[in-house]
Amino acid sequence: MSSVRLLVGTRKGAFILTADGKRKNWHIEGPHFPGWPVYHLKGSPANPNRIYASQTSDWFGQVIQRSDDGGKTWMQPGTPPGEAAATGPGGMPRGESNKFVYDTSDATGKPLTTHQWYDGTQHPWEFKRVWHLEPVPGNPDHVYAGVEDAALFQSRDGGKTWQELSGLRGHGTGPQWTPGAGGMGLHSIVLDPADPRRIFIAISAAGAFRSLDGGATWQAINRGLRSQYIPDPNAEVGHCVHHICMHPARPQTLFMQKHWDVLRTDDAGDNWREISGNLPTDFGFVVDVHAHEPETVYVVPIKSDSEHYPLDGKLRVYRSRSGGNDWQEMGRGLPERDCYVNVLRDAMSVDRLDACGIYFGTTGGQVYASPDGGENWQAIVHDLPAVLSVEAQTLP
Amino acid sequence: MVRVELPHPLRALAGIGGEVEFEVAAPVTTGRVLDALEARYPMLCGTVRDHDSGARRAYVRFYACGEDLSHDPPDVPLPAAVAEGREPFLIIGAISGGC
Repeated sequence: MSSVRLLVGTRKGAFILTADGKRKNWHIEGPHFPGWPVYHLKGSPANPNRIYASQTSDWFGQVIQRSDDGGKTWMQPGTPPGEAAATGPGGMPRGESNKFVYDTSDATGKPLTTHQWYDGTQHPWEFKRVWHLEPVPGNPDHVYAGVEDAALFQSRDGGKTWQELSGLRGHGTGPQWTPGAGGMGLHSIVLDPADPRRIFIAISAAGAFRSLDGGATWQAINRGLRSQYIPDPNAEVGHCVHHICMHPARPQTLFMQKHWDVLRTDDAGDNWREISGNLPTDFGFVVDVHAHEPETVYVVPIKSDSEHYPLDGKLRVYRSRSGGNDWQEMGRGLPERDCYVNVLRDAMSVDRLDACGIYFGTTGGQVYASPDGGENWQAIVHDLPAVLSVEAQTLP
Repeated sequence: MVRVELPHPLRALAGIGGEVEFEVAAPVTTGRVLDALEARYPMLCGTVRDHDSGARRAYVRFYACGEDLSHDPPDVPLPAAVAEGREPFLIIGAISGGC
């Protein structure tokens, strides 16, 4: 019987939640890396027991962790004992798996050393953390990392070493990128399952970008986005995209939750159109697609950019079965009152069982699950630290 | 033998129970102590000093013998009591509020 494993990153560690296919009774394990923020964990589609985790701290920096046994044990891939490939002076490993250094080489044209700062001046690029890890479907050793300050890195050796795909920062608009309130993070990485060279990413507050050549060259894909909080609301870049997602069977279609507005594109980002429709508020962070219905989309409306909690204290998921515009309130089992949590951008996921399961975590430490596409909800766990990310794995 | 005390998150990361001791060639400086620490515990690379610049991370402090040595250049000799192992070299996660 199939089962589901949820990888939950929180402000104070990682948790692994497992259940059988009924998804009613959950086993909760953790915290892993206790006390450390874990921004994101994600398993390899090629080998679900290969899981990458971003453990990060304002104090002590970035640590990449890897598990090869489904989260039972963890290691830093650049520093396993006795591994000669990553040795430094004296024959000791060097912790390369945690090393993210921006490319300033002549070979790539010394791409960008500054971006726009809050006061309008240019500011040096400074690595802070990995926001999102995206394993490549066919190769468990190949994984992308979206980082703050915004850049895309990749590892082709299972996370031992990381190299920047500097064409993104260097494509031309980088000096106009500005940090959002939460920092200038590259938070969304969407891979086209039909074309491994086509990559979509999104950055706060720059917008969405697309590469057709495996990350070597990039173009901004923000036509149709309209943002009143920037001088030119229709600018090529500067939009605060919160999250983008794709159904694997429809790689031309992407959905986006922007700072305000929910949008979609059906031409791989060349043009976007708003699909907020009857949503009670179109501010929010998460957006995701049903596993088997490419036109069924989920968002969690948040009151506003100054009040990051649900409208009227009622936590609600909204579902559209028509690809947007026509949204249905889904609240059975969710808090009806006095709920003032947020749902952060990487904190929603779906499983791939026949009856698609939907999951999301909150800044109040709850993880909610719906085993029936959003009709009914239950809290799997109530009192975790603030949830930063949720990823569902469907296991055989 | 130099003695080094690490903050709890780094002890957990390195799998260290308490204080660590190791030889450091004279002259014993902050830079040499950290080089030796990272060589012995490579998972600590980048956690005390920035990977790229080698600078002390902003929320990390170095104390010894009741003094804050955080702002001393890394090639300045440490007090004799640290070099001789009578006092530990303290690596501290700064108290800076937050949650």
